[in-house]
Amino acid sequence: MAIAPVSQSPTFSRTFYASLHEVSGGEKVRTCLQCGTCNGVCPFGYLMDFPPGKMISALRAERFERVTEADSVWMCVSCYACTEVCPVRIPLTAGLMTRAKEELLLAGNIPSELQTALENSQRYGNPLGESQRKRADWAKGVKPRVTIMNEAQRPVDVLWYVGDYGSYHPRVQPVSRALANVLNALGVDFGILGFEEVSDGDSQRLAGERGLFEMLAAKNGRALAAYEFKEIITGDPHAYNAFRNEYPALGISYPVRHYTQFLAERLDQLKPLLKHELGALVTYHDPCYLGRANDIFDEPRQLLSAIPGVELVEMSHNRTTSLCCGGGGGGMWMDGFQWEKAHTRLSEWRVREAVAAGADILAVACPYEAPRFEDAAKMVQKAGRLQVKDIAELLAEAMGD
Amino acid sequence: MNIVVPVKMVPDLVEELTIDASGTRLDTAWLRRILSEFDDHAIEQAILLKERGGGTVAVVAPDVEGADDVLYAAAAKGADRLIKLTGDFEAGVNNHALARALTAVVTSASPDLVLTGVQAHDDLDGALGPLLAEYLGWPYVGYVARVNAEDGHVVVHKEYPGGLIAELDVQLPAVLGIQAADQPPRYVPVGKIRQAMKTATIEEQTVPLEDVGGAPIVSCMRTPEATARATMLEGTPEDVAARLMNIFRDLGVL
Repeated sequence: MAIAPVSQSPTFSRTFYASLHEVSGGEKVRTCLQCGTCNGVCPFGYLMDFPPGKMISALRAERFERVTEADSVWMCVSCYACTEVCPVRIPLTAGLMTRAKEELLLAGNIPSELQTALENSQRYGNPLGESQRKRADWAKGVKPRVTIMNEAQRPVDVLWYVGDYGSYHPRVQPVSRALANVLNALGVDFGILGFEEVSDGDSQRLAGERGLFEMLAAKNGRALAAYEFKEIITGDPHAYNAFRNEYPALGISYPVRHYTQFLAERLDQLKPLLKHELGALVTYHDPCYLGRANDIFDEPRQLLSAIPGVELVEMSHNRTTSLCCGGGGGGMWMDGFQWEKAHTRLSEWRVREAVAAGADILAVACPYEAPRFEDAAKMVQKAGRLQVKDIAELLAEAMGD
Repeated sequence: MNIVVPVKMVPDLVEELTIDASGTRLDTAWLRRILSEFDDHAIEQAILLKERGGGTVAVVAPDVEGADDVLYAAAAKGADRLIKLTGDFEAGVNNHALARALTAVVTSASPDLVLTGVQAHDDLDGALGPLLAEYLGWPYVGYVARVNAEDGHVVVHKEYPGGLIAELDVQLPAVLGIQAADQPPRYVPVGKIRQAMKTATIEEQTVPLEDVGGAPIVSCMRTPEATARATMLEGTPEDVAARLMNIFRDLGVL
């Protein structure tokens, strides 16, 4: 990285520093001890020009333009590892890192892969660049048929927000079908938005595109407002995070649960349906936006433990110390960029841990993870036997699906 | 340098295309339009020239669905004038008619340079650039992948097949068909587009489109028909691999 001559104007640093205070808890940035724990825990901190702690020191030295001239902020996968360990609870992920990415984006310092995902999100309502009209295509063949709100025009108990990857990604579509089968088996009255659903926008927001996030949220808000339902469930922890923590400030407020919470509450009804022995050592990967960001650790494990023949083992990093799959904060769309910088993938690191734990199955609960970990398993020694399965898939399998 | 960038909206290929009942044209009911990729590069090149050497950029788009969004996005990138051509464009206009319509618009703007995409995937009757240059009586250079403004003229890189590149000195005014801008088109944050929607104005200019002469007459339009030339290999991965090896040997590639 070339460091440009330092500008003598401290205005940019001061304006940016002041803007951090607008984030909830943002004033705590003043109390940074420069202990460096965040830099150390960051999975890519070793190759960032400005990991969080160093960024704060650059701000204090009024040299923030150096941060926006570098591009390694794009290595941040918004995994909340830094926020989790900060002894003075500075909102490093939601505040500092995200605001820094916003500045880079405005300055036009943005990896081309990320640009494509953002442009796709603007135009098609999803980062994959798929046709909006095909958003419910994954549900074809599910029986009984999945209710699409626009067609059914009736109230439902549960509005299922499927999300981008659950709707379009060929590896995650089967996960959506599995969850639909589980919900059907439990007799849940649910519906989906289909072509009226767009990306939740949370990863775009964490990649610095606040305006795009607001635009997408408004579209989802309008679609949801047209229908009657009691609560929202989703299989996507990023969507869960958006609905729970971000949408209410935009006037879109509904009770929301991740599907693992929804199903864990119905364990008594679910258990008798789980007839098939799985006979496997299973390890569970805590998704950043279910675990660290939203403190949901137990429900996914309760569901896995309810499956006959499942023995749960933990990887060395688990619960609050879980490792990111590398897909958060826009990382899902910057594999090439991150590979160029790091020559390693966070997903491979995680798969090595699953192998070390002796697991037959790496269980996941986020739509980013099945494709990422399956790809990684191809690159990791001794991971040939490791299966990557969403909890919904394992439940459907145990039901004899 | 004052630059006019005429752009076109073309069918978005992410959506499936359907042919209407007449069997000679696309069904516009299901059509979604997108800025032609090469025109996006033409806008970027114009903005880059403005950023380097000053001047103004006017972007001209026919009035079809999505045109306003494209114009506001151009304003967010730095375009000074946004011109929307009004007339019966939704039904589809051939490039001869569009070039004739643009001639008056370009003449009244009296720019130094017209940049437009070198081609578009809906060009049935030739690219727009050379037609427009002919009507204006200006020189045209196509397949341009770099433009540098010098005093009173521009130096451009024109791409030829086989990786050859010519450096040409072009007198102004001129029309350039842009293959690629010096840099890929930049990202425009939604916030900046929203701002442009509040501050920029779109001028409307009504243009005559009655004369549709020059274009080919489409007698029949069909989707590609599946043929039976492909052989699907089925079986276990080992069987498939073994059969593939035999096929490669038979073809002499192994």
